[in-house]
Amino acid sequence: MRETEATTDARRAMEVCNACRYCEGYCAVFPAMTLRREFSTGDLSYIANLCHNCRGCYYACQYAPPHPFNINLPQVLAQVRSETYEEYAWPGPLAGLFKRNGTIVALATAAGIALTLLLTMALVDPRVLYQPQVGPGAFYRVIPWWLMVTLAGGTFLFSILALVMGFRNFWRDTGGRADELTRGRPLMTALHDILTLKNLGGGGGGCNDVDEGFSQLRRRFHHFMFYGFLLCFASTTSATFYDHFLGHVAPYPFWSLPVQLGTWGGVGMVIGTAGLIWTKIVSDPAPAARNLLGADYALLVLLFLSASTGLLLLGLRATGAMGVLLAIHLGVILALFVVVPYSKMVHGVYRSAALLRHALERHPTPPPGDKPSDRALGSAA
Amino acid sequence: MPDFSRVWDVLVIGGGNAALCAAVTARQAGCSVLLIEHAPKAFRGGNSRHTRNMRTMHAEPTSVLTEAYLEDEYWDDLLRVTGGETDEHLARMTIRLTREALPFMEACGVRFQPSLSGTLSLSRTNAFFLGGGKALVNAYYATAERLGVEILYDTEAVDLKLDDGFVREVAIDHRGFPETVRAKVVVASSGGFQADLEWLEKGWGPAARNFLIRGTPYAKGVVLRNLLDQGVASVGDPTQCHAVAIDGRAPKFDGGIVTRLDCVPFSVVVNKHGERFYDEGEDVWPKRYAIWGRLVAQQPDQVAYAIIDSRSERLFMPSVFPAIKADTVGELAVKLGLDPAAVEGTVAAFNAACVPGEFNSTRLDGCRTEGLDPPKTHWARPIAEPPFIGYPLRPGITFTYLGVKVDERARVLMEDGRPSANLFASGEIMAGSILGKGYLAGFGMAIGTVFGRIAGREAARNARN
Repeated sequence: MRETEATTDARRAMEVCNACRYCEGYCAVFPAMTLRREFSTGDLSYIANLCHNCRGCYYACQYAPPHPFNINLPQVLAQVRSETYEEYAWPGPLAGLFKRNGTIVALATAAGIALTLLLTMALVDPRVLYQPQVGPGAFYRVIPWWLMVTLAGGTFLFSILALVMGFRNFWRDTGGRADELTRGRPLMTALHDILTLKNLGGGGGGCNDVDEGFSQLRRRFHHFMFYGFLLCFASTTSATFYDHFLGHVAPYPFWSLPVQLGTWGGVGMVIGTAGLIWTKIVSDPAPAARNLLGADYALLVLLFLSASTGLLLLGLRATGAMGVLLAIHLGVILALFVVVPYSKMVHGVYRSAALLRHALERHPTPPPGDKPSDRALGSAA
Repeated sequence: MPDFSRVWDVLVIGGGNAALCAAVTARQAGCSVLLIEHAPKAFRGGNSRHTRNMRTMHAEPTSVLTEAYLEDEYWDDLLRVTGGETDEHLARMTIRLTREALPFMEACGVRFQPSLSGTLSLSRTNAFFLGGGKALVNAYYATAERLGVEILYDTEAVDLKLDDGFVREVAIDHRGFPETVRAKVVVASSGGFQADLEWLEKGWGPAARNFLIRGTPYAKGVVLRNLLDQGVASVGDPTQCHAVAIDGRAPKFDGGIVTRLDCVPFSVVVNKHGERFYDEGEDVWPKRYAIWGRLVAQQPDQVAYAIIDSRSERLFMPSVFPAIKADTVGELAVKLGLDPAAVEGTVAAFNAACVPGEFNSTRLDGCRTEGLDPPKTHWARPIAEPPFIGYPLRPGITFTYLGVKVDERARVLMEDGRPSANLFASGEIMAGSILGKGYLAGFGMAIGTVFGRIAGREAARNARN
């Protein structure tokens, strides 16, 4: 990780926080901080990705602006975090996509929709876009099966590769070793923290989602979105299984497994993304990094569109609107697959990695080095 | 614009922990309550913003407190730090009531956490606030607003019109405009006077100009002065303040916890002439930090310099200001603005006087000097391994002891011993009644919370009559 203005600011903030430590009970950032006295850019990258942006520390901070120390930890860590996304992007030349990421993701979404509509019109009879198509293979009369599989499979596999490489870059830069990845207990701890969003709990009483008041809103909306997304993914996987191994050709009936998974997953994603967009709009802008909001909104809207167009397609699949809706829905999904490694989606990888690092730090195998006996003789005030 | 023609049941002056406890309690009892806070909203909460725990009596382990901490032990601890300058009746009452304060605090949204890393010595006695004092203050303000307490920021009480121990009305400054507030009962919770450097000068002379104030710049003692001038009884030494040695680069006000510097026991500490002046290793730092403020205040220009070598760099809490480093003691002296020859001489004399022993930073190790004046009685190890590291020290003022005298119902007492008919007090403004000297970690919040609740309860009872 290179030294930037954001890392310099974050280091200064960490030094103030490390001399204070009042926020220790809020989240993993502070216990991780207390293990260090100096903060390399790798340390800052790790800590920035450990931060879930719950903002509890901002409202509790006696040094928050307008205090001259001007400590705004959620904001400065968000800046560093966004720079880590660039830093670890793979392949390297595409790192620039994280600059003005909101615009990039929005353009990709528009391009995805346009591309599928145009391809459909070019490759099949344009009339399928308007005439009702029913029965097995109805979808493939709009978008040929081979095209769907090639585009979806190709972009998906590339995205996975890019995310894995990003993870590798993060892991190395923050001082991780490959052999640490196989230790069971820290993996379970990290998995628990990831799946429960423990660090969006504010130490038990909730986070400052909107203002000084505490709530669990963001955590719950994120759960709706995340688990909704997983259900949708399971839906696609089961549909692939139906198609390839059982010989059932889509569309599937409403009570079939793929449609049930997709429906409930879609509903969860719509609730989650709409809720997260809403909390972003109404929340206090002071602890937010304004220049990064575009990327947040763009991804949330893209996920919202993925789910809502899917639900709309389900509702209207027996009508003449099916063709256009299918093209739009697949266009959105294509855009999502393409932008995953170059959008805020990557936070899932780096935050999970940071949580794993944190779990490893809490259960170290090698004997800990010469740690400062901080506060062994500290004052008692 | 607030309605200043209205007569309130209770006016609370101040916006810290004690004021909020009083306002919330009076409001819960059904009173109309106006709270005026001198600071703007961003700096509300007085010195409570900078606190982090409350010393709490408890008979068995709680969610965040270990073992038990009973009245007699608590009282013994208080007696030791005050050297008897306390009021046993009020003190024991305060101690007992800390126990039932916890549920009240939790009901007001205050949350707790286990004692912070490195403060295990307090895990049995002190309940730590999750997020610290500002988070506590935020919780109280949210509760007060929800209950319907009227809150005015940027509003300072200027003059309480006392008439034979009865407050007729209170002149205030509301965002620069003079106004008058009328209330049946007034609770004064406006803190001490430590932010008024001219007042400190009366006790300390011109030296006070070089003092740093660790907490809020709004504690100027305007109400305290106003009441004492009108025949209210005072307690506590009018010249004394709680002073600790802090990093000399701290801001004039509001530097808070991060300006602390815990390196003295491992240092050689010299004044601006490069001379040592006190035994740096007399005892563990938690038992000595409070006397070092006074020691530094007595040195020329109220400044001192702690010097360590690289071996001691990691033995204490990191200071928020970067360590000043150099490869030789002489160079370090120059960087600190000191005479290199004098500092080199002092360090050489110290090094020569160190008796070999087994250095141990975590206990009184007996590593001492011989034939040195003043001696260093523990952790005396030659300053020999470069880089050499220095920190400037200055006195940091936490609070003052002078206050108004109250009885067990938080009624303010007049000089003739009679209680005021409608004036109550809680928090730092009356803490001298119980804590006349020294300091016990987390006891200021204990007094503020307990007396805030008593003042609120009694104010409500009084307002209804």
